[in-house]
Amino acid sequence: MKKILLVGNPNVGKTSIFSRLTGVDVMISNYPGTTVEFKEGKTKLGEEVVEVMDVPGTYTLEASSKAEKVAAEMIKEGDIVINVLDSTNLERNLNLTFQLLKKNVPMVVALNFWDETRHQGIKIDVEKLEKLLGVPVIPTVGASGEGIKKLVSSLSKAKAHSYKYNQKERWNKICETVNEVQKTTGKDHTFFEYFEDLSIRPLTGIPIAIIIMLLTFATVIFIGEFIINNFFEILFELYRPLITSFGNSLGGGFIHDILIGKLINGQIDYTQSLGLLTTGLYVPIAMVLPYVFAFYLVLGVLEDSGYLPRLATLSDNLMHKIGMHGLAIVPMLLGLGCNVPGALSTRILETKRQQFIALTLMAITLPCMGQIAMIFSLLGPYGLGSILIVFGILLVVWFSMGLLMNSLIPGLTPETFMEIPPYRLPYFRSLIKKLWMRIKAFFLEAIPFVFLGILFINILYVSGIIGFVGEIASPIIVNLLGLPKETVASLIVGFIRKDMAVGMLLPLNLTVKQLIISSVILTMYFPCIATFVVLLKELGIKDMIKSTLIMLLVTLFVGGFLNFILK
Amino acid sequence: MLITLIELENGEVGEIVKLEGGLQFKKKLSSLNIRVGKEVKKIASQPFNGPLVMKIDNTKITIGRGMASKIILKVER
Repeated sequence: MKKILLVGNPNVGKTSIFSRLTGVDVMISNYPGTTVEFKEGKTKLGEEVVEVMDVPGTYTLEASSKAEKVAAEMIKEGDIVINVLDSTNLERNLNLTFQLLKKNVPMVVALNFWDETRHQGIKIDVEKLEKLLGVPVIPTVGASGEGIKKLVSSLSKAKAHSYKYNQKERWNKICETVNEVQKTTGKDHTFFEYFEDLSIRPLTGIPIAIIIMLLTFATVIFIGEFIINNFFEILFELYRPLITSFGNSLGGGFIHDILIGKLINGQIDYTQSLGLLTTGLYVPIAMVLPYVFAFYLVLGVLEDSGYLPRLATLSDNLMHKIGMHGLAIVPMLLGLGCNVPGALSTRILETKRQQFIALTLMAITLPCMGQIAMIFSLLGPYGLGSILIVFGILLVVWFSMGLLMNSLIPGLTPETFMEIPPYRLPYFRSLIKKLWMRIKAFFLEAIPFVFLGILFINILYVSGIIGFVGEIASPIIVNLLGLPKETVASLIVGFIRKDMAVGMLLPLNLTVKQLIISSVILTMYFPCIATFVVLLKELGIKDMIKSTLIMLLVTLFVGGFLNFILK
Repeated sequence: MLITLIELENGEVGEIVKLEGGLQFKKKLSSLNIRVGKEVKKIASQPFNGPLVMKIDNTKITIGRGMASKIILKVER
């Protein structure tokens, strides 16, 4: 099968063109490094089915970083290269184009973000550029689909054009080309550009960042609560008579215990019954999903607007103190939704050391949205103060663990060097698509794992294993952490699914102090199984063992410390 | 007058006349079109030795101070 490669600088819209060509659902955002692994899809060229590959962005083929080497290797395998350019940055983007021309592969050039050249007063003579480069040049707008059909039909005209130039003269040639094809007229400063500068200068940028973070937080809570109160609460009340009569028809016994769970005062209690069809549906759908939805909606807007690289620049100094780039806030934010995509996106950090620190910090201190939602409902009745204590502790541990790892692990963090994209209005269609993909991923993961957790814990109860483990672990759980033995069931479920584990604390009638300690412990002691698998893949066995030891030690230390100082 | 990128004022423009440092470093800079002859505008500098933000053509770039100290500019003052 023929292979078509999409190659270009980071953040020029390769993935949106890929998605247009193949119909494959992919994540698209407005920051460099959204695509961290090769994506493959298929499309039809006339009658022929061809493979399309989305290659992570690279500025150059003169490989200096690992990502660049991989991209350079990939190009050898391609039959046709679609070189995607940001047409508002022609000169910089042509550098890669000129290097590609030397590789002698059949090639087509897509001038993406064509719509933006219009409002920026940039005029590019496409025909002239085509003549100079000797390959087809097509203006495109990946986000809206403009020019994509033309791009596909041009693929049959793709040709290798060995452009003769002396390597040393490359930039001169590029400048000559740009001077010949591009005319810029004066442009008006838009509100966006004005805001761009304000949001990156520290004096105005830091207050703006704080306001944006607070707004994000408030919006997530507002939307989440709104959906719960106006939709899911009502839905589950309508469901109650149905499930109650189904439970009655089952009578008692093991099947009833698994599907419906324990009755509390003769009634199904959605949060405490612990049956597959009661708590198993209620926790992921009515307690967690609304917040997950709200979080990813807001995150999508932040990602697509182009704000995140600015936040990364403002926080770069702070993040360097804990051994990472400012850009590490991207995986951290993603991790607040779910640790799995968060852990995967740590690949944008260029060194192994940074990745290790980021992954370990994420596994120890970053609760996912499911867990956050459950901690809120668990501690909510005791006021905002106790919730703030939990997150405050996690933040302190996050920072001090980072400081510690940065000073103990040999090696340095390289300086930041990254492009900041312009602000863009998020495209509604791609925003909704991304949200839908994330919600789907949540469902595919949450429902099976919550079910598995409930099934598992019921078996452990029936077989008496839980009592046994409780006895063994009681010196740590009771004496060191000051929690009742029964918490062990929640800690076991936490290996499988964290939100469910927090939910299992509800029936235990814990004191506020115990709730705070167990919320912190459940976040820290071990990642859920889905995250664990990703961590193992990213870190390898040796580093994973190191990371796990750090987790356990820190958990025992922090848990014991809290038990000692909290009243 | 010759200064480094660090010494450039916010909002000021200078022309790159020299890049110090090794070949790899120069390649890395030139991949983002930072090279001799280009005009640079400084947009912001983050406090406590944080990174700088500069603009070349239409591209904004965040760059650490160590790297910035190796970019030599000519300015009219």
